[in-house]
Amino acid sequence: MTATPLLELRGIDKSFGPVQVLHDVGLNVYPGEVTALVGDNGAGKSTLVKCISGIYTIDAGTVTFDGDEVAIHSPRDASALGIEVVYQDLALCDNLDIVQNMFLGREKKSGLVLDEATMEEMAGETLRSLSVRTVKSLRQLVASLSGGQRQTVAIAKAVLWNSRVVILDEPTAALGVAQTAQVLELVRRLADNGLGVVLISHNMNDVFAVSDRIAALYLGRMAAEVKAADVTHSQIVELITAGRSGDLGLPAEKPAEFIDITPGEAP
Amino acid sequence: MTTTTTTTTAGGIQAVKPTVASHVRDYWARVRGGDLGALPAVLGLLVLTLIFSVARSDTFLSALNFANLFNQSAQVVFIAMGLVFVLLLGEIDLSAGFASGVCGAVLAILLTNEGLPWSVAIPAAMLTGVVIGLVLGLLVTKLGIPSFVVTLAAFLGFQGILLTLLEGGKNISITDEFVNSLNKSNLSVTWSWVVTLVGVAGFALAQLNRYRARASRNLVTEPFGIVATRIVALGLLLVAGTWVLTQERSINPAINSLKGVPIVVPIIAVFMVIWTFVLGRTTYGRHVYAVGGNTEAARRAGIPVDRIRISVFVIGSFMASIGGILIVSRAGSVDPNTGGSNVLLYSVGAAVIGGTSLFGGKGKVINAVIGGAVIAVIDNGMGLMGFSSGQKFIFTGLVLLAAASVDALARRRAAATGNR
Repeated sequence: MTATPLLELRGIDKSFGPVQVLHDVGLNVYPGEVTALVGDNGAGKSTLVKCISGIYTIDAGTVTFDGDEVAIHSPRDASALGIEVVYQDLALCDNLDIVQNMFLGREKKSGLVLDEATMEEMAGETLRSLSVRTVKSLRQLVASLSGGQRQTVAIAKAVLWNSRVVILDEPTAALGVAQTAQVLELVRRLADNGLGVVLISHNMNDVFAVSDRIAALYLGRMAAEVKAADVTHSQIVELITAGRSGDLGLPAEKPAEFIDITPGEAP
Repeated sequence: MTTTTTTTTAGGIQAVKPTVASHVRDYWARVRGGDLGALPAVLGLLVLTLIFSVARSDTFLSALNFANLFNQSAQVVFIAMGLVFVLLLGEIDLSAGFASGVCGAVLAILLTNEGLPWSVAIPAAMLTGVVIGLVLGLLVTKLGIPSFVVTLAAFLGFQGILLTLLEGGKNISITDEFVNSLNKSNLSVTWSWVVTLVGVAGFALAQLNRYRARASRNLVTEPFGIVATRIVALGLLLVAGTWVLTQERSINPAINSLKGVPIVVPIIAVFMVIWTFVLGRTTYGRHVYAVGGNTEAARRAGIPVDRIRISVFVIGSFMASIGGILIVSRAGSVDPNTGGSNVLLYSVGAAVIGGTSLFGGKGKVINAVIGGAVIAVIDNGMGLMGFSSGQKFIFTGLVLLAAASVDALARRRAAATGNR
């Protein structure tokens, strides 16, 4: 695949007050590839995503997008670059239809009036480009869609805006087997269409099913960034739970770095 | 998508052209799935009209009474149209009744006590409504007080302001001809027909234009039969109504001829069209629905949630001010109970009976008008049948309860069928 990453993070630090959540994190997102971001709860996945999407500002480090160093201060900056995030809790309005949801907050207008026809055409075009065949009508209310279809709409909403990097936060967490397969197929298709895709997931089957690269976070540090083909299932699990696996991952911790919080007599 | 290659494989969205039959089937499926809209209110209106017509065919069915219904319900319908916006966000405005009273008092004081012309007094009354809404909206959004509490406090406060404005309960009469004509007089027979025909033609043009625009871009359109049926049905309804209203309905025509469509009818129609357009065809309306449906999603989409929330209270109180102007016009005076007693409850009832959800996110302006018609028919018909006020209140309360239960049950059913 392409040698230069589309999105490149170097040495990202992020603290909340006295707590440092991200230590010197680096991440590469390549166009046309799915990069899985894995890690245990509290490893810093969400924080990293929020730094990329501009919800949090970074304390140190550089973000390079398409070869240029960029500063992302707000979600608007991220959208302007073409970085879109599909959040876990979907952020769709049940009482609106598919087209209305896809254009929410960025409606097309002709004069004073909403340009429904153009929006419907663009929405249909986008869904077609993703080979979505499961919705009956573009004017269906989102409330009447299944979990997988809703996730599809949320993803389509993200790619509608000429986006170049799409970050998916646990897109399959609430789905059944068949729907998970559908969504994963869609994730793969995004990458095949040339986008850089970041997939956050807890499910190792999903990760190995679609990703080209795997980046494992461990306690706020990037334990390893590897090609999915080069590692095994259990190696990734070790990276997630212990931060290293054989010669992969972080150097062994020195016991001195730990404070004993075991209850009992004072140390 | 602008990226390298888009795999435009065959398939995509199935563009099945709906037929009249499939359209009717789809509608019925939506109703069964809990998306009732104004259907219960329309059915209720038919049933009630039928009952009262049979029981009191001499009085209820008379053209005089038919015209009366519009004048009687104007205030409630206007407040209810404003409340639809507030209810769409899942908020409530309990002060709308007395807000309309305060605006009515402002109008009366400027006209009678200050001797100003209506061209100053009416805008001043409307502005009062806007200011009231702005204050309510700011308290709800910026301080985060639940709208129930803010407007309950305002309900009491405005009652006090009304009393103070009327200096302890004096009655101020209006002599201004223009203001008095708004909710008392009728259009001439010629104008009645002109307004009706322009209205029908406008509706037909808007519907056909939309159909043509979508068809020319190869988008899925409603079947032409449905569009045509809708135009013909509305046309027949309006023409029939106008025909009845242009008959002589005075008890003693020699002394005082009474015919023509009440002026208040086109006033209601104009506001209904404007707000329907705003809700259905503008970005603002779309955002109101979005905030009512999922506030968090709306915020993430970059919609200024607080500003939308304030704006619906402004619209609510603005419409209440027009309701106040119309009730003052009808009564010819303001007293401390203008906008009090059952006005607010009838207005909330009108919006909810018409099919606006109390849970937010669902409702149309026309719901308020249909619901207002139901309330007016109950109030008027039961009065003519000789029921006491007490009995009318009990029955209206039961109807409101029934409407709210329909809303709640439909919601449950919708949740079960995944149709909202």
